Amino acid sequence: MSEYNKPLPGMDGLTREFYDFCKQEDLHFQRCSGCNTFRHVPREVCAKCNSFDWEWVRSSGVGTVYTWTVVERALHPAFVDDTPMAPVVVEMEEGVRLLANMLDCPPAELEIGMPVKIAYEAVTEEVTLPRFRRA
Amino acid sequence: MLKDKTCIVGIGETGYCRKPGSGMTEERLQLKASVAALQDAGLSGAEIDGILAFPNVGKSEAFAANLGCENLRFAATIHMGGAAPLASLRMAAIAVATGAANHVLIPGGWNGYSGARVRQTVTTDKNSIPGGAIAWDYYLPQGLTVPPQWYALMARRHMYEYGTTHEQFGAVAVAMRKHAQLNPGALMCGKTLTMEQYMASPMLADPYRINDCCLETDGAAAFIVTSVERARDLGKTPIYIMGAAAGQPYPADEITNRADFHQTGLTIAAPEAFRMAGIEPADADFAQIYDCFTFEVIQQIEEAGFCARGEGGPFVENGNIELGGNLPINTHGGLLSEAHSLGLGHIVEAVKQLRGDGGERQVKDAEIGVVTGWGDFGDGSIAILRR
Repeated sequence: MSEYNKPLPGMDGLTREFYDFCKQEDLHFQRCSGCNTFRHVPREVCAKCNSFDWEWVRSSGVGTVYTWTVVERALHPAFVDDTPMAPVVVEMEEGVRLLANMLDCPPAELEIGMPVKIAYEAVTEEVTLPRFRRA
Repeated sequence: MLKDKTCIVGIGETGYCRKPGSGMTEERLQLKASVAALQDAGLSGAEIDGILAFPNVGKSEAFAANLGCENLRFAATIHMGGAAPLASLRMAAIAVATGAANHVLIPGGWNGYSGARVRQTVTTDKNSIPGGAIAWDYYLPQGLTVPPQWYALMARRHMYEYGTTHEQFGAVAVAMRKHAQLNPGALMCGKTLTMEQYMASPMLADPYRINDCCLETDGAAAFIVTSVERARDLGKTPIYIMGAAAGQPYPADEITNRADFHQTGLTIAAPEAFRMAGIEPADADFAQIYDCFTFEVIQQIEEAGFCARGEGGPFVENGNIELGGNLPINTHGGLLSEAHSLGLGHIVEAVKQLRGDGGERQVKDAEIGVVTGWGDFGDGSIAILRR
């Protein structure tokens, strides 16, 4: 796994906390303690009520495809051998949207509204990325 | 109110190229365009007291030192990527109208072909765009590393909600290419594009094909803003700034979680600019719309109010945006077929059209033109100009 040469998230602050949950194969999103609004990507303050109080809440891990693209020709050298690949934006049950690659769906079968569930791929010893599978 | 208080008085360009590259530094390129703009305006460098440099490619101090701007008192950089030149135009108009500066230079240019490509800078420098850190942490690891892949997410959703088609994207690409045939300075002059060729173009990031994407080129452009009174004393036809505005989508630094997925900065900026100008979109004789990718033209036509949201696809069909159509768009060929001038080429072309210097591609009796800018994750800017 030490040969992994693709871009990795900056593992600090709230981003590290998000990905550390992924490493435990347990998807979490921030939820405001003031107004109960979920948010993603992680942020310091609730944009709805400006509260600094929040907690990590376990996601149901299910959602539906909101939009997608199929990368046919990678413009980053590390992804050249992975094309075609299909990153999808999924509207999760909690209301936030999460971007991740589909693991098990041929690009031609992608559809907006398709139900999906969270999956995980440990790409390095430190980092596990979220992925999606058909529900 | 800024309406008709300020004018564009000088424009300059270096010309554009790809292989083997400009052979110049980005600073020298921009200085060449700046000197050309000064000469076009009939101004000396010493008279420039405001400079708004483009993000990441220039610093006002260097422009001032090279051009002899001994009285620089207004300098800033607006971090809105391709929306920066028009957002800078708006800021220059505010500065001149309030007396903070008399003559403001707005340069921009790069070696976008022979230097570092966008695909490299966005994946090696988190700070190359606002939102770069979010892309770094949440997009890049999933293989979404470049703008056409990010924006493809918006295009796909629009196709789903409104039935927008590949052929409508193609109509934008074909129109820009037709216009480039009338512009000897366009890199695609002499290289025609039919709808059949467009549809056969390889897919890059579905729904974007290669021919949906702008060129990557070397070159620079610049323009100068001053007061109406000063403009009337200078030699050239003054081009009046009737309205100008800028805006950001919400949130501007992250694409996927927008409540209104089709909102762009223009959604906020365009109503302000048209209200200021006191005209309707239909009053425009032409528009120069920032065409980083074909769908972004359709999206901006809608958000600027030229048609309702969802009607942008039909709007670009049947030659409606070609010379001779109801709203000629990107009469120079745009980023798709002239060159990637960071959006400055759109402003320069609008000025040429309103001066009546459009040559073979002149829009007949052009009196009012609209120009837009798009940058980063959908930042928007707009100017409404008249002669």
